[in-house]
Amino acid sequence: MVKTMNPGEKLARFNKKQKTKSVLQKVLAQCFIWIVLLVMYVPILVLIAYSFTTATNIGTWTGFSFDLYVRFFTIADKDAVEIWTALGNTLIIALTSSLISIILGTCGAIGTFYSKKRWKGIIENVTQIPVVNAEIVIAMSLTIMFVFVQTYIFGGANIFGFWTLIAGHVVLSLPFVYLSVKPKLQQMDPALYEAALDLGCNQRQALMRSVVPEIMPGIASGFLLSVTLSLDDFIVTAFTRGAGLLSGDKTIETLSTLVQAKIKKGPIPTEMRVLTALIFVVVLLIVVAITIYNNRKKGPKIRRGRGTK
Amino acid sequence: MSSNKFSPNPEENAIRERKKRAKRGSHFFAFKRKYLMIPYAVFLALFIIVPIAIILVYAFAKTNENGAIVGFSAEAFLSFFTSTTKLNVLTVSLFVGILNTIICLLIGYPLSYFLANRKYNTNAVLVMLFVMPMWINFVLRTGATRDVLTFLGINGGNHAYLATMIGMVYNYLPFTILPLYTTMIKLDKAQLEAAADLGANPVGVFFRSVLPQSVPGIVSAAEMVFMPTLSSYVISDTLSEGKITLFGNIIYLHFSQSQWDKGSFMALVMLILVAITMVVSHKFGKEDARTENALW
Repeated sequence: MVKTMNPGEKLARFNKKQKTKSVLQKVLAQCFIWIVLLVMYVPILVLIAYSFTTATNIGTWTGFSFDLYVRFFTIADKDAVEIWTALGNTLIIALTSSLISIILGTCGAIGTFYSKKRWKGIIENVTQIPVVNAEIVIAMSLTIMFVFVQTYIFGGANIFGFWTLIAGHVVLSLPFVYLSVKPKLQQMDPALYEAALDLGCNQRQALMRSVVPEIMPGIASGFLLSVTLSLDDFIVTAFTRGAGLLSGDKTIETLSTLVQAKIKKGPIPTEMRVLTALIFVVVLLIVVAITIYNNRKKGPKIRRGRGTK
Repeated sequence: MSSNKFSPNPEENAIRERKKRAKRGSHFFAFKRKYLMIPYAVFLALFIIVPIAIILVYAFAKTNENGAIVGFSAEAFLSFFTSTTKLNVLTVSLFVGILNTIICLLIGYPLSYFLANRKYNTNAVLVMLFVMPMWINFVLRTGATRDVLTFLGINGGNHAYLATMIGMVYNYLPFTILPLYTTMIKLDKAQLEAAADLGANPVGVFFRSVLPQSVPGIVSAAEMVFMPTLSSYVISDTLSEGKITLFGNIIYLHFSQSQWDKGSFMALVMLILVAITMVVSHKFGKEDARTENALW
């Protein structure tokens, strides 16, 4: 019997071939994604796994226990107190610097938006400097300026402390607040402000009641960006800090500087494994919350996209 | 606002009068929206412009450890070009920076392509998972990487470069995925299909359509990795156990020894590198702006 294929059969066979090919591609792509993801998480996950044992070195498992967690939450434990102090410092610094950043940055963005083109150009260009500049250059230049001021204006009295540290962090995060508020101002309906004036507001009221609510999402994302930048910062903190805050007479330690000081001497201290586990859980919860929020917001949109395809 | 003539309607006149008064402000100091810029501008001047001006001066000065200027000299400038250790810092930094950028792009590019393509991935949460490590303190992550690598037998003592590169890629990969993913999401699917329909094989589609369209993402991803790598301190210090000295390490060293003049000079060199990188990436950026305009 002569083998003949009708066109329909040929097409079906071709489609099947294509389908197996695309399935294979998908499997390979998924494998690649998951392998990279897994490799990326290995150090964190290993550290978290070792928070359930009291071994000092990673690689030697000495039995499952919650001892480290107990120690971490014990006020009398010296290492734990150190970590809690650093954590407190870090949070205070992050919140203070972000608050200053959003106030200065939002005012700056509004003011620049309504000023003349020449000023606008200058401000925008200067705002870009810390964004593109290397962090260590920002830190070094600020430190040298503080040293200069200390020597020539304060006559050698130590000015390094909480406020120099805050200034450093504000420099880091301010441009990001400006850059996240600016697009919201551009999207805003300019008639709103005029309408507020027409309805009897003075300029300040008009700003507070019509402009600020409109640009609120930009301010919020600027705030979140500032907080993340500040929490993660090491270089600027290490350069511009002095004594003060919860560290008292000693140099301010934030999480980054404390961890750095510890890992320079040896493996990550056991209590910090617990800290990593806790941070991981908090971040995971935030990610889950954001995902749920986004899905709820974009739900119908995604469905429509799939339908059309 | 449109005309200054008084209209015969008294109500309208009253409104106009009130608006004028509001604009003038009730106080003798007339508030204007643009005045809000002043504190911002002052802050920028004091904490961005002045510090840079000061390092420009200090780079060519001699200072004591209190930061007081005791004279001017081009010693730092000359020693940079004559001392092999400082030129070494430059070459090693550039080498590590370029290598890290290439590795991150080689991993991040296909990864973002797969993540953004519906054909391979429909799970948006995966992208979040790739970005999530960015929210865990990076010093802690670096320490964890170091400890795990030590357990695997790779440490600063025997494989300083390998350990440092692994640490760098670990830290900067999420930063490349984000900009690449956003450009990949925006790829013009119609163009890709058109290229395939017009007879391009997958390789042709990639080089003629996908790659040119994703240049902005590549440039911004490279920007996110290159400079921070050159100037990183913690990663190279921890993972190479102080064996590899990058710009970040040497500036930190000058800082910890209160050598403000030398530190300023190295910061200035770094600043020049930043400027060069900016010019180069700006050039690429402009080019795609042009192609983008051509597309539309």
